[in-house]
Amino acid sequence: MIDIHPSLLFFFAAVLACVLRGHVRSAMMLAVPVFGALNLWQIGGSLTLTTSFLGYTLEPLRIDDLSILFGYLFHLAAFIAIIFSLHVKDTVQHVSALTYIGSAIGAVFAGDLLTLFIFWEIMAVSSAFLIWARRSDRSYHSAMRYLIIHVLSGVLLLAGALFIFRDTGSLAFNEIGLGTTGGWLVFIAFGIKAAFPFFHNWLTDAYPESTPTGAVFLSAFTTKAAVYALARGYAGTEILIYIGAAMTCFPIFYAVIENDLRRVLAYSMINQIGFMVVGIGIGTALAVNGAVAHAFNDVIFKGLLFMAMGAVLHVTGRMNGSDLGGLYKKMPITTILCIVGAASISAFPLFSGFVSKSMVMSAALKEGYDWVWICLLFASAGVFHHAGIKIPYFAFFAHDANIKAKEPPFNMLVAMGIAAVLCVAIGCYPHVLYNMLPNEYEYTAYDTTHVLAQLQILFFSAMAFVWLNLKGLYPPELPSINIDIEWFYRRVIPCSVRCGLAMAVPAYKATTGFITGLFRKVVIGNLLRHHGEHGVLSRAWPIGSMVLWVAVLLCLYIILYHV
Amino acid sequence: MMNLLLDDLPALQVMLPLLCAPLCFILRIKGLPWLIAFVTSILTFAVSFMLFNQVADGDILSYAMGGWAPPWGIEYRVDRLNSFFMLLISGIGVVALLFARKSVDSEIIACKQSIFYSAFMLCLAGLLGILITGDAFNVFVFLEISALSSYVLISFGQDRRALTATFQYLIMGTIGATMILIGLGFMYMMTGTLNMADLATRLPEVMNTNTIRTAFAFIVIGASIKLALFPLHIWLPNAYSYAPSVVTVFLAATSTKVALYVLLRFVFTVFGAEFAFGEMPLQHILMFMAVLAVLTGSLCAVFQTNIKHVLAYSSIGQIGYMVIGVALLTTTGLAAGILHVFNHAIMKACLFLAIGCVYYRHGSARIEDFKGIGKTMPWTMAAFVIGGLGLIGMPLTVGFISKWYLVIAAMEQGAIGAVTISIILIGSLLAVAYVWRIVEVAYFNEPTKEKAKIKEAPLALLIPTWIMALATIYFGIKTDFSVIAATNAATTLMGAK
Repeated sequence: MIDIHPSLLFFFAAVLACVLRGHVRSAMMLAVPVFGALNLWQIGGSLTLTTSFLGYTLEPLRIDDLSILFGYLFHLAAFIAIIFSLHVKDTVQHVSALTYIGSAIGAVFAGDLLTLFIFWEIMAVSSAFLIWARRSDRSYHSAMRYLIIHVLSGVLLLAGALFIFRDTGSLAFNEIGLGTTGGWLVFIAFGIKAAFPFFHNWLTDAYPESTPTGAVFLSAFTTKAAVYALARGYAGTEILIYIGAAMTCFPIFYAVIENDLRRVLAYSMINQIGFMVVGIGIGTALAVNGAVAHAFNDVIFKGLLFMAMGAVLHVTGRMNGSDLGGLYKKMPITTILCIVGAASISAFPLFSGFVSKSMVMSAALKEGYDWVWICLLFASAGVFHHAGIKIPYFAFFAHDANIKAKEPPFNMLVAMGIAAVLCVAIGCYPHVLYNMLPNEYEYTAYDTTHVLAQLQILFFSAMAFVWLNLKGLYPPELPSINIDIEWFYRRVIPCSVRCGLAMAVPAYKATTGFITGLFRKVVIGNLLRHHGEHGVLSRAWPIGSMVLWVAVLLCLYIILYHV
Repeated sequence: MMNLLLDDLPALQVMLPLLCAPLCFILRIKGLPWLIAFVTSILTFAVSFMLFNQVADGDILSYAMGGWAPPWGIEYRVDRLNSFFMLLISGIGVVALLFARKSVDSEIIACKQSIFYSAFMLCLAGLLGILITGDAFNVFVFLEISALSSYVLISFGQDRRALTATFQYLIMGTIGATMILIGLGFMYMMTGTLNMADLATRLPEVMNTNTIRTAFAFIVIGASIKLALFPLHIWLPNAYSYAPSVVTVFLAATSTKVALYVLLRFVFTVFGAEFAFGEMPLQHILMFMAVLAVLTGSLCAVFQTNIKHVLAYSSIGQIGYMVIGVALLTTTGLAAGILHVFNHAIMKACLFLAIGCVYYRHGSARIEDFKGIGKTMPWTMAAFVIGGLGLIGMPLTVGFISKWYLVIAAMEQGAIGAVTISIILIGSLLAVAYVWRIVEVAYFNEPTKEKAKIKEAPLALLIPTWIMALATIYFGIKTDFSVIAATNAATTLMGAK
């Protein structure tokens, strides 16, 4: 049974999905993750397969405590997302989704950097098709930007791998660290995929442009594979703590002012990855466990939220908060499932987010990173605002937009139901998850301090919300809920920032305009003049000048040889 | 009888295609010239396969032509370097001829096909002759045979510009060959011998004379013209673009490669690396030209609208990679360069074959013809994408393998290595640009009304195309054969002197 690499299974399925149609394809696609998980379970604890390629020893399959957890997670996420997308008839989406899952699984089981690189690139290309499959102009350009960034990440990974190979003589993917050039290159490659600040734009750009079902796949794999890679290579690297803390905080502001609800989720995704990155950066047994557990939970509850929004988009064709509202009457089941997801991401006790987020925060406090802990606390409150309240409120409550809607197809409801049950189950029985974690560490989430602290945050957030509501501090028709931050953004910042912008923008435009103009004129113009179709370098020269060149070169060579 | 034949394998390698050329010309029955050419090419391939195996463990096979012992007579000399090249060239010949039947039928009128096939066979014979011979003057003779026949082949192109392109190629090719001849003359003057092995032993005595230095310059320039090394590449794009499809496939995958072999053979075996790179500044010159070739070739490719032009300019860039490998001057670098010769031949053949399929259906290969072709000709386009990924250097294709070894070889060096790696990176990004442009048009644009009805290319064209497409992937995964052969060839070359 061991002889099949877990990712190959999905690649075969992708090939089959090209050929099969209808119910046969659905059955085949559902069977693959189940069979794959069984296969993985039979392999069990640990296994490595080595092979040789280009004369190097490679490890295309390495199963240990860390990777197998991600392996199970990806199979589970694949199963849920496949159910969610069963109604789709588009072959391109199914084939690319299966390839994408296979490559993500391959990436977490890769025991060396070259294998990792190969799966890394397949992951980039196949996932881009999930965005293209929306077949709109915006999605086309968005996917192009996405692809460029991810291919860049792959190239950096390969370059880093080469440097590491030169330094150590081995391509094995273990603890890397930031001591060398290669280490930094690989770090940046992982960072791009993990949506580090300043590298995060691909995520918020591309995910909201993908198909309703595509976003569910995308949210599960790419960033989590990067989290795995960071946990494997850079556990305990201090800089990650600060990067992670920044990642938890800055998206909150953007999420609050964003209207496209799936983009709000994309921002909140960066925020959640931030928690994992902090955990990896702290690097103690508890922190890494927390990061991994949070990745596990995030895939499920973020998947649930993306599925709920996907269902709304599928049914109504709208995704802007200001266009939606009042759907709870027509889509009650979706509403409830979405609220379960929102409660999980907000880390309500008894929901899955709580049991893993508190691990990272405890670890931060325990290792003396008080300021980081405060950032995380702020971020937790922020998550509750934008993901816990804003998403369900705008979509299902708020002002009634009188949209014709009904419950989404049955398969979507089933998928969301499974994810919601998992959210609650993990929240109630966290030790099942804890037992699977890579490090041995005794931890209980449900002690007095944790529960009380978390409830305090949540209730004070809720109280602020209720109080502002009662005071009528924001017009009821305005489709916004985070009145405090909203107000800050709409009243205070306009006065100061807009004034600043008023001066800065023309100057900025003038400079960039000048630079791009110069670039167009000088660089592109020159390139076209020399390399363009009728440019000097690519048109047919008269024979005379060709021969002249030969003569010139000959003289040059002879002179060079004689000096 | 069989033993006799086996002993004469080196002679058969050249004689088979050479003798069948007049046969093709005489037997002008419809379909027969193709059959003769095809069967001969298979036999030739078999011969080179046997030769390759005979010398695989490092032996050198010396064959005295007509029984005249070298250095007086003409010697055919097979070692691990040229047997690898011969295997490649004759293999490409088989695939090209498999493609030729349908493609030639549509592009060349029936009464001229026999001339076409005999010219093709002459060209094959010439290229193999250059590779196998151990006699320096014989190199020139075969160079001329292959060049003259390729002028004929290119002039068969349907486009009238084929004639001017041929004429340019003729002038440049003749100058190149003449320069090699002049160089040989100088060497003969100083040493009195034309046998390469003999030259190699006698040259050191007279190495420090102006005559030999000048001879070296002439030979390097002559080979560079044939190799289309920047800035002597101007003849190549038009010659490739206006030739009949199958000629483009064959020449793109073989002729510049053979020219690189000539350069390698003269520089490393005849003059010796010590002289060429120690006393002459050849390393810097080659490196400089190769870097410019990669950049200019790839940049020009980005802006072309005729797809054959795109690929031709990309060839100029890819030749740059090969020369970079050579100019690194280490066994690893040389192996990477030779490996890229093999890999590039495969993927360029695949790409030009796919273009040939498009040309067969559309009658031209401009970028407008590619609109929506992903839907109308899915198999052709899929093969094109595989070849294109190879050019970019995607893993699991041959392109990745050669770039990997080039980078490994470059990392062993200091500053030159860093430059090389960045150039390879830039070149790959430019390749993404020019390949993507075509893929985008093919898959994301709708076909125009009159083009929407065009069907997939016939199986007779798709089979050779997909042989090469699968080879692009196969040799990208199973690298044992190509890497070992290239490394062996490189060690032979470095150890030769």
